[in-house]
Amino acid sequence: MNFTLKIWRQKSRTDEGKLVTYTVRDISPDASFLEMLDILNETLVRRGEEPVAFDHDCREGICGSCGLMIEGRAHGPHRGSATCELRMRSFEDDDTITVEPWRARPFPIIKDLVVDRTAFDRIMAAGGYVSVKTGQAPDANAIPVPKHCAEKAMDAAVCIGCGACVATCPNGSAMLFVAAKVSQLALLPQGHAERKERVGRMLAQMDAEGFGACSNTYACEAECPKQISVEHIARLNREFIRAKVS
Amino acid sequence: MTLDAKIPSGPIEKKWDTHRFNIKLVNAANKRKYTVIVVGTGLAGASAAASLGELGYNVISLCYHESPRRAHSIAAQGGINAPKNYTNDGDSIYRLFYDTLKGGDYRAREANVYRLAQVSGNIIDQCVAQGVPFGREYGGLLDNRSFGGAQVSRTFYARGQTGQQLLLGAYSALSRQIDAGKVKFYPRREMLDLIVSDGQARGIVARDLVGGDLEVYLAHAVVLATGGYANTFYLSTMAKASNATAIWRAYKRGALFANPCFTQIHPTCIPQSGPYQSKLTLMSESLRNDGRIWVPKKKGDDRNPGDIPEAERDYYLERLYPSFGNLVPRDVASRRAKEMCDNGFGVGPTKLAVYLDFADAINRNGKKWIQEKYGNLFDMYHEITAEDPYKTPMRIYPAVHYTMGGLWVDYNLMSTIPGLYVIGEANFSDHGANRLGASALMQGLADGYFILPYTIGDYLATAAFKPMQDADKAVKEARDATQARIARLLAVKGKRTPDDFHKALGQIMWNNVGMGRNKKRLTEAIKQIVALREEFWRDVNVVGGPNDFNSELERAGRIADFLELGELLARDALHRNESCGGHFREEYQTEDGEAKRDDKKFAYVAAWGYAGEGKTPVLHKEPLTFEYVKPSQRSYK
Repeated sequence: MNFTLKIWRQKSRTDEGKLVTYTVRDISPDASFLEMLDILNETLVRRGEEPVAFDHDCREGICGSCGLMIEGRAHGPHRGSATCELRMRSFEDDDTITVEPWRARPFPIIKDLVVDRTAFDRIMAAGGYVSVKTGQAPDANAIPVPKHCAEKAMDAAVCIGCGACVATCPNGSAMLFVAAKVSQLALLPQGHAERKERVGRMLAQMDAEGFGACSNTYACEAECPKQISVEHIARLNREFIRAKVS
Repeated sequence: MTLDAKIPSGPIEKKWDTHRFNIKLVNAANKRKYTVIVVGTGLAGASAAASLGELGYNVISLCYHESPRRAHSIAAQGGINAPKNYTNDGDSIYRLFYDTLKGGDYRAREANVYRLAQVSGNIIDQCVAQGVPFGREYGGLLDNRSFGGAQVSRTFYARGQTGQQLLLGAYSALSRQIDAGKVKFYPRREMLDLIVSDGQARGIVARDLVGGDLEVYLAHAVVLATGGYANTFYLSTMAKASNATAIWRAYKRGALFANPCFTQIHPTCIPQSGPYQSKLTLMSESLRNDGRIWVPKKKGDDRNPGDIPEAERDYYLERLYPSFGNLVPRDVASRRAKEMCDNGFGVGPTKLAVYLDFADAINRNGKKWIQEKYGNLFDMYHEITAEDPYKTPMRIYPAVHYTMGGLWVDYNLMSTIPGLYVIGEANFSDHGANRLGASALMQGLADGYFILPYTIGDYLATAAFKPMQDADKAVKEARDATQARIARLLAVKGKRTPDDFHKALGQIMWNNVGMGRNKKRLTEAIKQIVALREEFWRDVNVVGGPNDFNSELERAGRIADFLELGELLARDALHRNESCGGHFREEYQTEDGEAKRDDKKFAYVAAWGYAGEGKTPVLHKEPLTFEYVKPSQRSYK
């Protein structure tokens, strides 16, 4: 398959950046989107040019490193998968594909398609945990958790922290990301001791990082590679109100 | 050099207790006077950094990723073992100890493995308390599954994403310490050298991957938790950037490298589809609990799998190993799959695959049941191959997955360089010649949560430390050497890309140092690797500059190290004239094709020491003695 690529190139955080057109030829439909970029990069390097910088690592949809706006959609046209899982057979031969980085104020561009998502780590450090020191834990079966609660908690816990929810949200909100953690720990008895403080601190940190507010467009759910439901945002809101009134 | 593993005396079940009592403690108020660097934030690194922070030490944590949560532990699927015996099926610490030692083909230390089994139950407690959503039964208590090579159900799991959930648990504990100011975390930093001063590990040189600056971090002890070296083979189930640079730099500074040839080939990976392929994807071994492995009885049978009647299928693992069937250990399952394909029974477009079939399990328990257990794995397979595994059997083939070898450590997890600790996959300690399923997560977290935090205190409390500064000779020397190396890489300005060399190395490794090894091909491989390495330094083209975000430069540095490590791996494989676990020497096999160990000559840990550029590394031997488990030929029939 052959493709025309329009890729965002930006030397550094302060550089202006622009879309640059490239062509790639004879790509196998079974190649992944990132392997297609590998092929382009090898060609560029052979010509002595700098390759396109993009974040990636596990290439099996779980580390959350990769994240590209492909034709204006976070992680490309497929629902429920990350960029690295996308295969070229999802496109038509001779397609023109525009590839951009996540665009959100709290995710400054480092180079080309690589953005800085450390804001997520700072939100997590603001209470996205249960305060239990190594060694303090009681026997694992001392805390029974109803199966449906554990399953629901797991539905939220599968978040890979890629930032697609932010990139796709018209407000640049990180609500789904924050909700996934708040909801997971609200559903489990282990998280209850700190639930009031947690939701307040994490939301405050989200605001401080410059993420926008949620206006219920549900775009995040549609583009989330792990298909995390906005139901968790509802639970976050409930946790927030609960913390205020109780 | 005599290798002292510092195994405590006394009966095996008392060793760890006795040791914990005998080692020196750092007074609670004094802990803040010590700084520890932890490199890597996978299960081992994140759990160690968090636990050390909780104890009161000052911790510096770094990783090459942008966030601790991206470490490759995240990709582990199947589960984590602990002998809780919640299933009442006869499990015990002793049984897990026995299984792990036997599974490792008697090439691990009894005392280490016993301790691992002992602390593994605490790991489950800890993770549950952190809010890790393990699979549960309707009564709300934890569910267990049986997992590759075990006859009891002792594996805890969180769907097919156990590694992710455990890592996020350790990451949450780490985040809490970052929040508390006890851990200083530096993302996008790659360790490029170890600083050894007066014989002690006192710091590291790291490169800031965004701006390219070389930074020096100084401390009282250094912990490497940087994972394994499976990417020496280019194609593996590792993350793309997983590398051996940290442990290789430490090796060149005097740490011994133990059992490099003990590499694990995982039987259930999605087969390679073309030369552009950048990595291989694992399908969790847990699938072997419910999937049946088969090939057509007729060579080159091109029919669709659904059109091949039952009588014309060979469920070869069930046939060869009636008692373990599809659940034989990884090395056995891998070797048999390769053998089937080598003999012309392979399936799929490349003929390098066997079927893993769920039809029976779906008929027995329904699609929904399978979906609940393995949904994400089936989706992943579907996404990659465009085939629906609910309807047609998966195609699988072995791929390099884990490295049991690593830096040599004693019972305290300290390397041969005082103050340099190595934990998780980066060390060689507990898996012998073959790792059992659901044991990697267990070892990483055991080292990080429950072993290192005690043992490192003994060193800090007893060693003498002189003040260190940036201007010290050792610091300057390490920084200058790193700078010179980067300059050398950029100065070659040849014609071939770094990736080209990596692929070429991978070919040599897979063909000659992979599943079946022999003297002739290993000797040939060593020659080829040396030649390729010379060519690399003559003809590699690293574009971009040193003071920039430069992924080509990062990659070239890692490949340069793989080109050296690959040779050591082959040398170790050549010297070990026996077959054991993942190391299969074709000259040493039984009549029915099983691995033939030689306990008389090879019941030792082979620990290699760096002897200088172009010199043959020096072999040191740590004899392995077995007081409790009598080595026997592993039999899974």
